[in-house]
Amino acid sequence: MRLGDVNGPSRASEVEDLLRELLPHVLGTLARRWGDFDAAEDAVQDALLIAARRWAVEGPPDNPRGWLITVASRRLTDQYRQDAARRRRETTAAAMDAARDRVSAPADTDPTAGDDTLFLLFLCCHPSLTAESQIALTLRAVGGLTTAQIASAFLVPVSTMTRRISRAKQRMAVDGPTFGPLSERDRDERLRAVMQVLYLIFNEGYTASGGTCLQRAELAAAAIRLARLVHRLLPDEGEAAGLLALMLLTHARSAARSRPDGALVPLEKQDRGLWSAAEIREGIDLIEQTLPRSLVGPYQIQAAIAAVHSEAARAEDTDWPQIVALYELLETVAPSPVVTLNHAVARAMTDGPQAGLDMLAELGSDGRLAGYHRLIAVQAHLLEMRGDRAAARAAYRTAARRTTSLPEQRYLESRASALGPEDKPEVP
Amino acid sequence: MKYLLLIYSAPQTWSALTPEERARVVREHSALERELTESGEYIGGSALADPEQSKAVRFRDGSPVVTDGPYLEAKEHLAGYDMIDCESMERAMEIVARNPHIRLGGVEVRPLIDPCGLEM
Repeated sequence: MRLGDVNGPSRASEVEDLLRELLPHVLGTLARRWGDFDAAEDAVQDALLIAARRWAVEGPPDNPRGWLITVASRRLTDQYRQDAARRRRETTAAAMDAARDRVSAPADTDPTAGDDTLFLLFLCCHPSLTAESQIALTLRAVGGLTTAQIASAFLVPVSTMTRRISRAKQRMAVDGPTFGPLSERDRDERLRAVMQVLYLIFNEGYTASGGTCLQRAELAAAAIRLARLVHRLLPDEGEAAGLLALMLLTHARSAARSRPDGALVPLEKQDRGLWSAAEIREGIDLIEQTLPRSLVGPYQIQAAIAAVHSEAARAEDTDWPQIVALYELLETVAPSPVVTLNHAVARAMTDGPQAGLDMLAELGSDGRLAGYHRLIAVQAHLLEMRGDRAAARAAYRTAARRTTSLPEQRYLESRASALGPEDKPEVP
Repeated sequence: MKYLLLIYSAPQTWSALTPEERARVVREHSALERELTESGEYIGGSALADPEQSKAVRFRDGSPVVTDGPYLEAKEHLAGYDMIDCESMERAMEIVARNPHIRLGGVEVRPLIDPCGLEM
């Protein structure tokens, strides 16, 4: 082993972090300039590979961002030159050669840096893509995850994920967004789509830890990283701050959510000493700064609810009246059956289980949640609270049959068993 | 969501088909498979050998006992399977509606269980 290798691994991972941070802006810049996302993505991946090898040995250059943009632009130019089918683009390539000299301007002071990254996010979360494609493309192009990492997080073969991503890139080429400035309404709509995708990624990653699910924790980390990025680019967007706060306050409970054997631990039974104090602090600070200053939206309200939970030292200290008030607000701002479902739980805690069950009865007749296992699980929980053991047990069993998650099934089965044995059939 | 598509077929229905009809079933199924591969929804699948080649294994009196033939005797047998990963059961239904085997027997759609879950 040479002396120089002593710092090898740590430098390599520093370089990896740096590249991951630079990726969105570099790719955003190229995609925007060339209007060809697919080719830009390939070129940037090549440039990242070269940088990873070279910088791990020599250290990064003074202007790593400019370096990457220059190298990737050169790759792109070469690619077009070699591509006989793209002869027509030679004019563009020639023009780009001239433009390349301008590219190397210190990118840190580049006022369009944030715009390029946002542009890239808008591209990846374009409404013409399916949710699966938006997620895959965002994770790869902005989050810097490899296709193999994304595939293992979603438990699909790499070949399936590769197709999903290349298909999404092809779609971009056909009906990608225009490159002009967006109207305020379009921009808000795009931003909402981006936040929705990041929240989906987070929820995919925020599953019980341990075993096969460890791969998926990567997704929650990526979602938080991307939410940070959006919040940094748009510090005045209350909902972007709310989304980041909501993720942090939820993620803070990670270590307490499941036992070593993978069994789920419900919120009221969690060891709150295992909650991450740092994430709770950051989440609460964020939401406290944001709420008074901006238009209130669903992410901020959900973050506020999570904050109330995290401020209770013990489950019985939870300020349920405040949570109910926040759910009432959420019902007016962004009503949905799932919101009503959570609202019913909070109402049961303030006004008794019957109040919650009445809300669920209304929800059951709405039909959108018909047969939804979480609705039945909440019903079971409230029946148990009311002391109706047989009905609660039956509802837990039904919910256990309806879920498609193994840990949830185990949890619901154990709740049913805890309510005593089934009534014995009559023996003649 | 991931779904296992279990393709059931009645042997006499299959053997009653003309070679052209069989070729058409195979062609349609391959085309569907290609399309799902392209869209990133296809995980895998295969046709299965004739149930005559099946062996069923059960535990009897403290040791494994092997019988020839399928686990369950039925008019229709499991002729093949596909595994897909798509947005919803509705989308799965859309896909299965175009599977030619629904004309010969039927296709059962079973959601897979996810090893991960959320606190409740």
